[in-house]
Amino acid sequence: MGNVLILTEHQNGHLKKVSFELASKASELASHMGGEVQAVVIGSHVAGVSDLGKYGVKKIFTLFEASLEKYNTENYAAILSHIIQEHRPDIVLAVAGPMGKDLLPRVAARLKTGLMTDCTDLKMEGGKLVATRPIYAGKAFVDVKIPESTPQMATIRPNSFPIHERGGGAQVIPVVIQLGETRARMKEVVQGAHQGVDLTEAEVVVAGGRSLKSAENFKLLEELANVLGGAVGASRAAVDSGYVSHDIQVGQTGKTVNPKLYIACGISGAIQHLAGMRTSKVIVAINKDPEAPIFKKADYGIVEDLFRVVPLLTKELKKVLAE
Amino acid sequence: MKIGVLIKQVPDTATNIKIAANGAGIDPTGIKYVVSPYDEIAIEEGLKTKEKVGGEVVVVSLGPVRCVEAIRTGLAMGADKGIHIDDAGVVVDSYLTARILASVLEKENFDILFVGKQAADNDCAQVGPMVAEFLGWPQVTVVEKIELNEARSGAVVARRVGGGAKEIYDVSLPAVIAVEKGLNNPRYASLPGIMKAKSKPLTTLKAADLVGGEKARVEVTHYRLPPERPEGRILKGEAEQVVPELVRLLREEAKVI
Repeated sequence: MGNVLILTEHQNGHLKKVSFELASKASELASHMGGEVQAVVIGSHVAGVSDLGKYGVKKIFTLFEASLEKYNTENYAAILSHIIQEHRPDIVLAVAGPMGKDLLPRVAARLKTGLMTDCTDLKMEGGKLVATRPIYAGKAFVDVKIPESTPQMATIRPNSFPIHERGGGAQVIPVVIQLGETRARMKEVVQGAHQGVDLTEAEVVVAGGRSLKSAENFKLLEELANVLGGAVGASRAAVDSGYVSHDIQVGQTGKTVNPKLYIACGISGAIQHLAGMRTSKVIVAINKDPEAPIFKKADYGIVEDLFRVVPLLTKELKKVLAE
Repeated sequence: MKIGVLIKQVPDTATNIKIAANGAGIDPTGIKYVVSPYDEIAIEEGLKTKEKVGGEVVVVSLGPVRCVEAIRTGLAMGADKGIHIDDAGVVVDSYLTARILASVLEKENFDILFVGKQAADNDCAQVGPMVAEFLGWPQVTVVEKIELNEARSGAVVARRVGGGAKEIYDVSLPAVIAVEKGLNNPRYASLPGIMKAKSKPLTTLKAADLVGGEKARVEVTHYRLPPERPEGRILKGEAEQVVPELVRLLREEAKVI
């Protein structure tokens, strides 16, 4: 009893960092309940799954099949539901990303239980999981819990929890499930023009607004983001002006981001934009308008033309990070 | 085709959210309610589908009496019928909402259901997939492109995932399609459209009659505003001096690089 099950995520055959974030937080929750952490890995082949043991996972349920190389809602829902019904964890955690957001509601409905989406904090209170989650894209927060049904399920926003190594090993348990035909089948994955770190998982986001003036000028931000291993985001104004595609829009009706460092370049700070980035740990604002609302949210502000500051910043960071 | 669109009425995204004095919800004073932006895209896709293949578009919404306005907006845009499920006296979460919707939808024999990828208030993104599960249908979420096949028995659908990538699916109908920005540009209701909407059929049901002994699974215990960020500081001086100072602060004070 008191076990916490996590659904891991992987990319190119390796576990993603966010899987270790989940494992680390799950270990803390399980220790409050005197239970253990169990992990699920679904795919075609994933190397180094036993690494999860270092972060407190005791059992790893794996299901590797060529047909599972690509995500598939119906098959993945069948597998996860099966494992949950077999092992009856008290809590199930997954990543609030493209897969978790698609899959977990389906599984929760099947198991007739509740789901708390996109949580930024978790704690145990009176033996129940209490989750904090943003609403209105971060304009307000709520505490939520699932008082009666089990398991208590939650999806977690990437970068919400630090990774803790605890040492220890895990037992790898292959799972066998008969999979059926599915009615929604992924044929292919088409990569986007700007590959690289996903905006919602990035530790550094460099975002631009309408003052970037053109699609071409977003290259300046890409260069800065590259030096920091980060991703580029944009305000709705920049998206509506056609400089960048809507999938990198930050804010309400766009992405909500949670990086360690958010650098807002030429962004005035509309309420919808601030909602989507306000949980960033450190915010830097660069804008030549000293009255821009973004400065009220920024930890560090530079009142200056971004076209002067950004290239200098890229150069300075290159120099400093090379040392 | 019989096309269903699930919509929710939410505060306009320009709203400055405040918490009610008792902390048990948001303060509704002065809020302007609109069709959730993603649901507008769902309505538009329903209308475009009807224009292409014929049929009817039914807009369905669960919520308080005020969300009849949202349904009328859908009718004014061109939908044919509305169904309002009045939630008076029932505390809903995503689970119960989906449960109630599914109990109504299963009687309607839709060929396809469009829904926003999430509602722009609670941002749960659960109702679409949960409805699909309760109806036993496939789903594709975060859809930015959809192309029906000749026989109208299925569609090729592009789903937006991280890092600008897209997953391309073959999905058979009926299915739940949860739509993302970029799929289309929702039309505005025309004046004749608004006039016509007033006489289009609108059915009202009561959620209380449809719960079937079920209840919400998730309970909200507390609402609050995010903590105010501490006053930041403006670095003053010439860019050539300020930039190295910023880098130093990010490394030594904030410790983020």
